[in-house]
Amino acid sequence: MDLSYTITPIDGIFVLALSLLLGFEVIKNIPAVLHTPLMSGSNAISGIIIFGGITQLLNTPLDHGWTLAAASLAVLLGAINLAGGFFVTHRMLSMFVVKKKTNKPSKP
Amino acid sequence: MVFAYLIATIGLVQGLKFMGDPARAKLGNMLAAASVLVALVALVIATGWSHLANVFLLVALLAVGTFIGNIWSNRVAMTEMPQLVSIFNALGGACAVVLGLNAVYGMGTPVDTKLLGSVLILANLFGGVAFTGSMVAYLKLDGRKLPRPAPVQKVLARISLALLLIASVYYLVMPGDAGFYPTLLLAISIVALLYGVFLTLPIGGADMPVLISLLNALTGVATMMAGLLFREPVMIIGGILVGATGVLLTLQMCVAMNRSLAGVLAGKFAGSGSAKPEGEQDIRSITAVETASMLAFSKQVAVVPGYGMAVAQAQRECFALQEMLKQSDVDLHFIIHPVAGRMPGHMNVLLAEANIPYASVKEMSEVNNTMEHYDTVLVIGANDVVNPAAENDPDSIIYGMPIIRAHKAKQVIVMKRSMAKGYSGAVNTLFDRQNCKVLFGDAKESLEAIINELKRI
Repeated sequence: MDLSYTITPIDGIFVLALSLLLGFEVIKNIPAVLHTPLMSGSNAISGIIIFGGITQLLNTPLDHGWTLAAASLAVLLGAINLAGGFFVTHRMLSMFVVKKKTNKPSKP
Repeated sequence: MVFAYLIATIGLVQGLKFMGDPARAKLGNMLAAASVLVALVALVIATGWSHLANVFLLVALLAVGTFIGNIWSNRVAMTEMPQLVSIFNALGGACAVVLGLNAVYGMGTPVDTKLLGSVLILANLFGGVAFTGSMVAYLKLDGRKLPRPAPVQKVLARISLALLLIASVYYLVMPGDAGFYPTLLLAISIVALLYGVFLTLPIGGADMPVLISLLNALTGVATMMAGLLFREPVMIIGGILVGATGVLLTLQMCVAMNRSLAGVLAGKFAGSGSAKPEGEQDIRSITAVETASMLAFSKQVAVVPGYGMAVAQAQRECFALQEMLKQSDVDLHFIIHPVAGRMPGHMNVLLAEANIPYASVKEMSEVNNTMEHYDTVLVIGANDVVNPAAENDPDSIIYGMPIIRAHKAKQVIVMKRSMAKGYSGAVNTLFDRQNCKVLFGDAKESLEAIINELKRI
């Protein structure tokens, strides 16, 4: 079974256009209280650029030293961005949640 | 593989949607993280195990990166969150630049069409600007000394921007000569890195939320471009979601300051000089003891926090004050201006860290028309966002900026370190008002003094 698949850049542009519209729809009207978590969360998602590094790393023979080093660097940078972003978002959101459980909302 | 990608894509979009809902935001974050993990495993499986050593290397690198990310994200104090977000963003941008250069110089990825070539150029361009821009933003947020922006730096910014445009357009129109491409890409990357520095150097202070959102958007766009190059739909979608988030937040922040993005990037307010001569302001100061009794005799109190609160690390004292006042049946709200602090939602995070209930934190628009219900408003380390000149003085440079109408409350107490002006440099006419008093001193120490006094009452 062939597990791989590819898309053409033209397909990519279709994906791009549609997800752009989708993106604006999904995140408009976000309450201000969530602006920071949203930003750090989306920052983490942009770490998905690591996929490019993984592709390069796995396709480089071990004797191509510099290429391998560059791909490794990209993977490392991406991994820190990705993991760190999700961890810190989790940490922030945990503060919001804990507080909601322990305190009854006061009336305005 | 395809199914895994489909699941991951749906998970990402749904996760981001959940993150806009306070009750499900945590779940959304986990969902997004899980989606990325699923797609990542699928990618590794699909790319193949032919070089087993590479897979080991990959796993090791992922482990190290995750470890570093985890350590960083847990060690950093909540007040330093803008710095951390900037650093992570810089890493993403750097990753894009390394990838792009490696694709051409190392991998020899065929860049056979103008479309692919342009995509790669843009990925490195946005990634480069995001990398150095975020690094400068980090240094600024961290309070490091940076060279003062000189006029020459603005010229350099224009020159590098022009160079980038010319190079990109030149690539589009030049006849197909692939041998030239790597050099062009390298040159564009270097100029983009420089441009990031020139662009961000003059921006500071209250404009930081705009800058950080914008840099975030740039990394997203770089990721999306890389996704087109690597033909990975998950990268395209992820990148565009980030880009859309960043752009939306950027625009929201600009609207909240009534400024154009261009004005923010130019690093100055649109109106150049201050229209009002700097006359003596009639300032009534107040002591912490008097403030405490004033608070004790109020029914409804509001705190307007600003960046000064974050600097003074006074969020826990705010919580203590709220608890203290609750005992004597005084209700304390927090009113947050959209651009208070150094990144979008900065104040909310700090107040949440100090366990202040979500229900007592109000957005500006919720309460602005009923400000007269508040007996006392305590302004902690905020300035421009409560300056009534924004509403009633067409000559003021901040005229038109939405403000929290603290002056409408019965009493206003502004906690200030000194009489220094806010970021805009505008004269704050709030201090001229009869109902306004100023409590000088460090916000944290003042709050402690107030709390101690309240204990005695």
